[in-house]
Amino acid sequence: MEHQERQQVLVLYLASSALDSPVIGWSIYDGSSMETPQTGLESESPYVSGLAALRDGWRLIQASPLISHPVGQEFRTDYLKYEFFFERWSTPRARSGS
Amino acid sequence: MIKLNSQQMAKFVAEGYLRFDGVVPRALNEQLLARFQSVDPSHHGNLRDYYHEAVDQRVLPIGASGLPLDQVFDDEPLFYALLAVPEIEGAICSLLGEAPRFDHHFLHVTLTPETRTRMQLPAAAQHNHQDSTIDPELAFDIQLFYFPQAVTEAMGGTRFLPGSHLRTVSEAAIARYQNIVGQQHVVCPAGSVFIFHKGLWHGGGLNTSQMMRYLYKIRLAPGGSQVRQWDTSDLAPIDDRQGPTFWREAGGGSVVQQILMRPQPWFEYDVGRLELINRIKLWRYLLGDPAADVDYWLTRLERPQLIDRGASL
Repeated sequence: MEHQERQQVLVLYLASSALDSPVIGWSIYDGSSMETPQTGLESESPYVSGLAALRDGWRLIQASPLISHPVGQEFRTDYLKYEFFFERWSTPRARSGS
Repeated sequence: MIKLNSQQMAKFVAEGYLRFDGVVPRALNEQLLARFQSVDPSHHGNLRDYYHEAVDQRVLPIGASGLPLDQVFDDEPLFYALLAVPEIEGAICSLLGEAPRFDHHFLHVTLTPETRTRMQLPAAAQHNHQDSTIDPELAFDIQLFYFPQAVTEAMGGTRFLPGSHLRTVSEAAIARYQNIVGQQHVVCPAGSVFIFHKGLWHGGGLNTSQMMRYLYKIRLAPGGSQVRQWDTSDLAPIDDRQGPTFWREAGGGSVVQQILMRPQPWFEYDVGRLELINRIKLWRYLLGDPAADVDYWLTRLERPQLIDRGASL
């Protein structure tokens, strides 16, 4: 029997490695929806912290490791450092308006 | 020309951009917009065909990368006039010094829903990215974003993230960052120019209006020294003074120092401190002063090492 549910992925970028620290960025990729993902259109994070997402039923599947700083590059900054991937499963929905 | 002052320079160092609302005269906006609209995307089946014709019709002049800027627009009075707007000429000179060089320019058209649908393009905003490629150097190019028409929220003005310019990333590697606290969207009157540091994270918005949105972008590089090219007459001894840190009264330090140390709401707790350090390094570069500091961040790290004084470990 075909698996009916689709994966929803929530990515939260936190202010520190602690899951209960505030959200500074977020992304959502929803395999159960036919809507096109959008960049930059939301002003409010869906959760205030990673812990709040856990409490709402999201499962943590990946967390950024803490990596030591290469000698000579201790002050280099680049990608958002504290990235947490969450998932949950949802029944597919049709595109709105269709 | 009207050069930048030290507070504007400090803002550029801290936030990676400056905005000049409505500085380009109305008549020039109308002439340039007519030039940009002289080839109409809605008359083409896809973007590639549109750009082929726009290039063939010289909607923008073609200039070799690396040319001195004053040689690129010799026969193009509209573009020459745009870069000669006193605030714009002054900002270019303040940030890049004399004899800046032309890197490239481009006409970005954000399509209306009707044209976008007909071209079978997705109804999606552009991903976040950093232009060009990995570039860890202190010397910097600037990019001018000129909007000849008023940009409303519905027209999907460029999205950007203040303070992201010192993050060394690889172009679209940041594409999966959909929303970041503090992101901004360009909404501006006609004739506005935004000047971005080369590293500022940005992306085009989604146009949901019935008007094509035109953005003329030009990248410029320094042709010589970038040290103290702005109007430094407002720099004062207090801007160099080392005051108390952490345990101090609110509002300590000079205005320039306060601007340099103003954090962004999206900074991670620890990385935010590195951002401040990197701003100070860029400020040192612009001042030509390897000892300049704010809030003791670099002085603390540059203390003499005991081993150098013959002490045993």
